[in-house]
Amino acid sequence: MEDGIVLTMRGICKNFPGVRALQNVDFTLRKGEIHALMGENGAGKSTLIKVLTGVYDKDAGEIHVDGIDGAVTIRSPQDAQDKGISTVYQEITLCPNLSVAENMYIGRQKGMRVQWKEMEKKTGKLLESLSIPARPKQQLGSCSLAVQQMVAIARAVDAECKVLILDEPTSSLDDKEVEMLFSLMRDLRSRGVGIIFVTHFLEQVYAVSDRITVLRNGELVGEYEVQNLPQVELVSKMMGKELEGLSDLDKAASANASSGEAYYEAEGLSSSEAKPFDFRIAKGEVNGFTGLLGSGRSESVRAIFAADRVTGGKVTVDGKVKNITKPIQAMKAGIGYLPEDRKRDGIIADLSVRENIILALQVMKGFFHPLNRKETEEFADEYIKALEIKTANQDTPIKSLSGGNQQKVILARWLLTHPNYLILDEPTRGIDVGTKTEIQRLVLKLAEEGMSVTFISSEIEEMLRTCSRLIVMRDRKIVGELKGKELTQSNVMYTIAGGGKENAC
Amino acid sequence: MPANKKKSSSGFMQKNSQLLIPLVAILILIIFNLIRDPSFFSIGMVTNNDGYPVLQGNLISIFNGASELVILAMGMTLVTAASGGQDISVGALAAIAGSALVKVLKSTEVITPWTVALGILACCAVAMLFGAFNGTIVSVFRIQPMIATLILFTCGRSIAYWINGGATPTVSSPIITAIGSFIPGCPVPTPILIVIFMGIVLGVLFKTTTLGLYVQTVGINQGAAKLNGINPVAVKLLTFVILGVCCAMAGTIGMSRLSLINHETLLLNVEMDAILAVAIGGNNLGGGKFNLVGSIMGAYAIQALTITLYAMKVPSTDVKAYKAIVIILLVVLGSPVVKEAFRKLKNQISAGRFLKEKGAA
Amino acid sequence: MTVNTKAIGQVRREKISNANLLMYISIGIFAAMYLAGILIWGGGFRKPQQIFDILNNYAYLIIIGCALTIVMITGGIDISVAGIVALVSMVDVMFLKGRLLPAEGMSDGVKVALAACIAIGIGLAFGAVQGALVAYLDIQPFIISLAGMFFARGMITIVSVEPMQLTVQEEPGILDIIQHRIEIGFLGSPNKKGVMIPARIEIGVIIAIAILFIIAVMLRKSRIGRNFYAVGGNRQSALMLGINVKRTRFTAHLFSGLLAGIAGFVFMMHNVSGNATNATAGEMDAIASSIIGGTLLSGGVGNVIGTFFGVMILATIKLIVTASGLTKPWWQTITSGAMLALFILLQSVVLANRGKKVKLPGWMKLGKG
Repeated sequence: MEDGIVLTMRGICKNFPGVRALQNVDFTLRKGEIHALMGENGAGKSTLIKVLTGVYDKDAGEIHVDGIDGAVTIRSPQDAQDKGISTVYQEITLCPNLSVAENMYIGRQKGMRVQWKEMEKKTGKLLESLSIPARPKQQLGSCSLAVQQMVAIARAVDAECKVLILDEPTSSLDDKEVEMLFSLMRDLRSRGVGIIFVTHFLEQVYAVSDRITVLRNGELVGEYEVQNLPQVELVSKMMGKELEGLSDLDKAASANASSGEAYYEAEGLSSSEAKPFDFRIAKGEVNGFTGLLGSGRSESVRAIFAADRVTGGKVTVDGKVKNITKPIQAMKAGIGYLPEDRKRDGIIADLSVRENIILALQVMKGFFHPLNRKETEEFADEYIKALEIKTANQDTPIKSLSGGNQQKVILARWLLTHPNYLILDEPTRGIDVGTKTEIQRLVLKLAEEGMSVTFISSEIEEMLRTCSRLIVMRDRKIVGELKGKELTQSNVMYTIAGGGKENAC
Repeated sequence: MPANKKKSSSGFMQKNSQLLIPLVAILILIIFNLIRDPSFFSIGMVTNNDGYPVLQGNLISIFNGASELVILAMGMTLVTAASGGQDISVGALAAIAGSALVKVLKSTEVITPWTVALGILACCAVAMLFGAFNGTIVSVFRIQPMIATLILFTCGRSIAYWINGGATPTVSSPIITAIGSFIPGCPVPTPILIVIFMGIVLGVLFKTTTLGLYVQTVGINQGAAKLNGINPVAVKLLTFVILGVCCAMAGTIGMSRLSLINHETLLLNVEMDAILAVAIGGNNLGGGKFNLVGSIMGAYAIQALTITLYAMKVPSTDVKAYKAIVIILLVVLGSPVVKEAFRKLKNQISAGRFLKEKGAA
Repeated sequence: MTVNTKAIGQVRREKISNANLLMYISIGIFAAMYLAGILIWGGGFRKPQQIFDILNNYAYLIIIGCALTIVMITGGIDISVAGIVALVSMVDVMFLKGRLLPAEGMSDGVKVALAACIAIGIGLAFGAVQGALVAYLDIQPFIISLAGMFFARGMITIVSVEPMQLTVQEEPGILDIIQHRIEIGFLGSPNKKGVMIPARIEIGVIIAIAILFIIAVMLRKSRIGRNFYAVGGNRQSALMLGINVKRTRFTAHLFSGLLAGIAGFVFMMHNVSGNATNATAGEMDAIASSIIGGTLLSGGVGNVIGTFFGVMILATIKLIVTASGLTKPWWQTITSGAMLALFILLQSVVLANRGKKVKLPGWMKLGKG
């Protein structure tokens, strides 16, 4: 093996029934580098990672790891770990019922006995050296998500891995936490660890990576040095075409509408999770809640939809005072809500695409008025076509669709109820760039047709492109409102960071 | 009739592999019995004690004997789907319901069709109440169903005993006898008719309400169900109340067969068989999607197995051991690992065999 | 009517884990119940022998309670344990009576030792088969152990249709050995004639307590013990953490079978009889004890000390019911059921009030850091 190379994968192929997930893919990882693995959903990133970690068997190809002669066969995650390949997944793969220290060491101890004292001492030291705010004896489930993620990384670090795979590690962290993670990654890089970084956030790739490998449709597009690959080019390589429509979207109609008649108005609305706040949205307006994760932006829209227990406030919908304390009441008032966490709150995994599409409409029609089969098939067909949902047929379980298509199904579910006011919480999280643009366009089109839309996204750029008014939150309070010319990235940042002014400019 | 089913099932199987296990189970039993003794399937008409012609034969015993189990399996399927767990108190609840019925019948001097109807209504009401009790613990307090129903499992039969003041009273009335065996003039055993009736009631319920969709949605993803305006607590509660009605009907049949209520032995261990029927029917015991037909077939398969063993002169006390072996064989055949292995095997030899078959044809 | 979770920030840092809290509650309730027994009904409650009687009667339940606790911690269930207990006691009695194998010339001690080996062998066989089917073929443990229960109960009548009993006339030597009681003089109490009767403990109790201790240490200190918790906490994560999930689940069922076999031997020593109805519904008592002691059926939480107190609570309820004059046969079970309901609801309320829903671990709640 060449000097300085810790991992090579050559000619990797993997087929699933009906899908060629990986075709002849090569990948090289050098010592002490952060190597971003990029591609849209379905490009084969996760499959490649799963082959590398022994979750899947490869159908063909060779893997070489530094320090081991000849091609290696990786049989299981344990086996991968033994060979120096550690992985930290997007969904925390630790055990919430065990302590932090145990989570660091379980599965890689030798001997029959558990050395509690020694384990806790070592954990304490490591947590301190990596400045992770957790105590060794603390139950993992009581730590925040970000801390749990860091514990997972600390575990990998302690295993003295040569290859560290970070699979979407930042998707539920806020900016400060992301920065902490990055400094941890740089620290590890300087110790000579090769890091494979899988993410959807382009800025983060440029902030921390040295090299980028791009996959598309299960095939290798190429390997590039970061400085030689401008962002626009990266996107076009991922999508396989020159990117169109990243130019400004036309949101004039929505901007004009914002001063018009209110569709929904809340005074002092509060829930078990959200502090009292005032909010209004006009007919045909697109506005958004922005702020860091945990600022209360999701909790606020959940309060509007009564997704959490509503504790107070006066709500007016279309000029009439309404009592909305259950989701069904919100739905009857013409409100739709696409939740932040698609897997947990959105999809009904085992049910078909059709059933997932008609669900909300069916609930609104009531328990004693089931839709007949023919109607449901027509509805499903209509929306599968309209939103270009890629599915084998209506009866396909939604769980076998890609993330972007699942999201479209949930969107279809709410569009089918013909809401007057649609709340979209992170509709573009974890889905590919192409679908992102499609969804942004759709939002503006709906607004033009008179629908009010509240849009939430972690990517400020995306918010600026779609919303004509932004409500900025910090520490569970609304700290500012931006519209028109005030809508610039720096202004938003300034307000989020706490400039103190209610209206910048 | 089963032969027809087999033919049409090959295409249908592709889509609905869930029904594979119960179908295979029933098929194996049929073939086994055909080889062993073809007369196993003969159905005859005999005249019973009251002078009416009635159907008789092993098939009739299977359909008749499985009645309580089929009714309970239907309710159990719904509970399993919605709450991802099983109700282990169905036998005890059936005993309570039966006792309530007997209590009503005993409190009137003459048993008329009206008092029986009143009694059945009362026993349904009692069973629904206890069902709602189970359902409340499961849905409101979020306790796993097996644990929640452990309460009634522990003390249900004692409550039944208590209802009848510590006795095992007998009820002698031609109406009750008719419910337990035959309605004069009708050659089909009444329990079979009750099963058909319950099947129709549930069928109508599924057709006129969104129960099926709601139950599956809640079973698969409760949080998402809530955000789509479904009340998971109400849905779960409803499934338990429906199961309560099923228990009441099963208790009524069981009591009527003997014309007496024995709180200790009425439908003893039936909960295990009912859960088994749900599992053999290809339903995931962890909840979610369900197939009622599968559970019903599972229940008949269990009863067919029992009757086959009896026909082979296996003592009733030993039946359990043989049943266990068959169950294990079935679930092993249906397990994901074995299925996957079969699939691989099929893929490997499919090309060759396909050619061979063509040549043969 | 969901129970309100108060300020979320406050419940973040816990000193006592949920499992321990539930265990402490059950210990407290046992103490309170027993104290009430002493103060209100007196009589038997005042004698130390009362405790020993409970232990003598329920030693086998403590052992299968441990079995259930282990399996439940891994997120599984085993309802075959009581069936195995009944089968083992029947086979052992048959063996000791010389009806199973020709055993002439063996000394009684050897016979008893062989009976213990048979018990362990049967238990391990059940555990291995069930464990393999559950872990390696991925079949639902409920169904497998249900089949195991059917098989065990069915085998009893195949071994012998008639109930079997060891008698003083036929097997005096064996009875001498297995009915041996350890006497503790200073814990004795005077009988009606005023003669001091020493406290008596059966060998089975010693076995049960030893097993309790071994399993408690194993769950806390050994690698396999911690793996049980990890697999029950999140099976997928455990796999990713490099734990051999299949082998761990297999081992849990193997333990369960082994313990059930030993429990069968202990049951036989106490009851000296084999009968198809032995230990009826014992599996449910074992599950109930585990739950009362703080084990969650959803897995990942629990310990055997709690289970021990679960058994003690169930036994004490029965004593109190009898002592308080509710002599009708149904009252014991009805009160047991009511107590079980109380405990289950208490667990639910306690866990909910601590802001931790059993089904939804904290790490699944996003964005509240």
